[in-house]
Amino acid sequence: MRKSEKKRTLIQILAAVVCNGYAAGFLQGKIYQGDQKFLCVPGLNCYSCPGALGACPIGALQAVLGDRRYKFSYYIFGILLFFSVVLGRLVCGFLCPFGLIQDLLHKIPVPKWELPQKIDRPLRWLKYVIFAVMVVILPLTLTNAFGIAPPYFCEWICPVGTLEGGIPLVAQSESLRQMIGGLFYWKMCLLGLVVLGSMVIYRPFCKYLCPLGAFYGLFQRVGFFQMEVDRAKCDGCGLCEKICPMQVDVRKNINGAECIRCGRCKDVCHTSAISSGFRFGPGQERKTEPES
Amino acid sequence: MDQRKIGGYVKYPLFLISIICIIIGMAREEHLTVLKKAVNICLECIGVG
Repeated sequence: MRKSEKKRTLIQILAAVVCNGYAAGFLQGKIYQGDQKFLCVPGLNCYSCPGALGACPIGALQAVLGDRRYKFSYYIFGILLFFSVVLGRLVCGFLCPFGLIQDLLHKIPVPKWELPQKIDRPLRWLKYVIFAVMVVILPLTLTNAFGIAPPYFCEWICPVGTLEGGIPLVAQSESLRQMIGGLFYWKMCLLGLVVLGSMVIYRPFCKYLCPLGAFYGLFQRVGFFQMEVDRAKCDGCGLCEKICPMQVDVRKNINGAECIRCGRCKDVCHTSAISSGFRFGPGQERKTEPES
Repeated sequence: MDQRKIGGYVKYPLFLISIICIIIGMAREEHLTVLKKAVNICLECIGVG
């Protein structure tokens, strides 16, 4: 493993521990109930995970939109926009606990696949459909008699809630075990598919299903964190595109919505043509210079 | 100023909008709705609801 990859894994582990630092929750089978839990963490991290210290932005968005008092959530939109503009999908590459889990699963030595482009490209749009339909439209429109909607994405799709919340809580609570039904088995099947899929395909959940990654990708081109290919230094060897686990067209679209900023392209570039860092204006090109 | 340079500054109004939205949302007490949801086990989220 390259030094920068080790550093990234370390940051990912640290972020996962910080987001889920309530150790007593795991021991007692309870969740953290502190007053600051209205704060959202940047990554997809279920707030019903026993260790979760903050709220999941996607769960929180559905909670507000599903409340009859609100038709728009300024608070969550502001938080999502803040993370999008400041970090973009750097969150996916470095701070998301479920991204870390998928990265670790992909290290398991089994044959690796890449979906053919004609399947892969259209499937990438699925996460935007999920964001629009399951996270926004359904919670706003499909409500019960009291005008309240359940968190449709969390309920029917999200494998993070099952893994981080469902399994540890159900394991420790007899009353929750008695409530298990078809939904739990459906979600366990989905989780199983994502886990198996992650072993053979790099981050299938991030590529095709994650509504949070979809939103963060929207503003990546104009955000503070930017990557750049120096055309004068690039010799066109194409190694960057061969190594990119997200199949980004690095030389044409390095700041596109699919890049999770893992930095593998930068590591492999033998002419140091790729750079990354926080940009504060067009005149101030980059803070981080390419390593020589 | 060319289009690329103007594009390079779009992040600042977006950043400002994000902060304003967070403040408006908190004034509307949306964060309390989030807190109420987050401090109780979400049965739908964990798959038993």
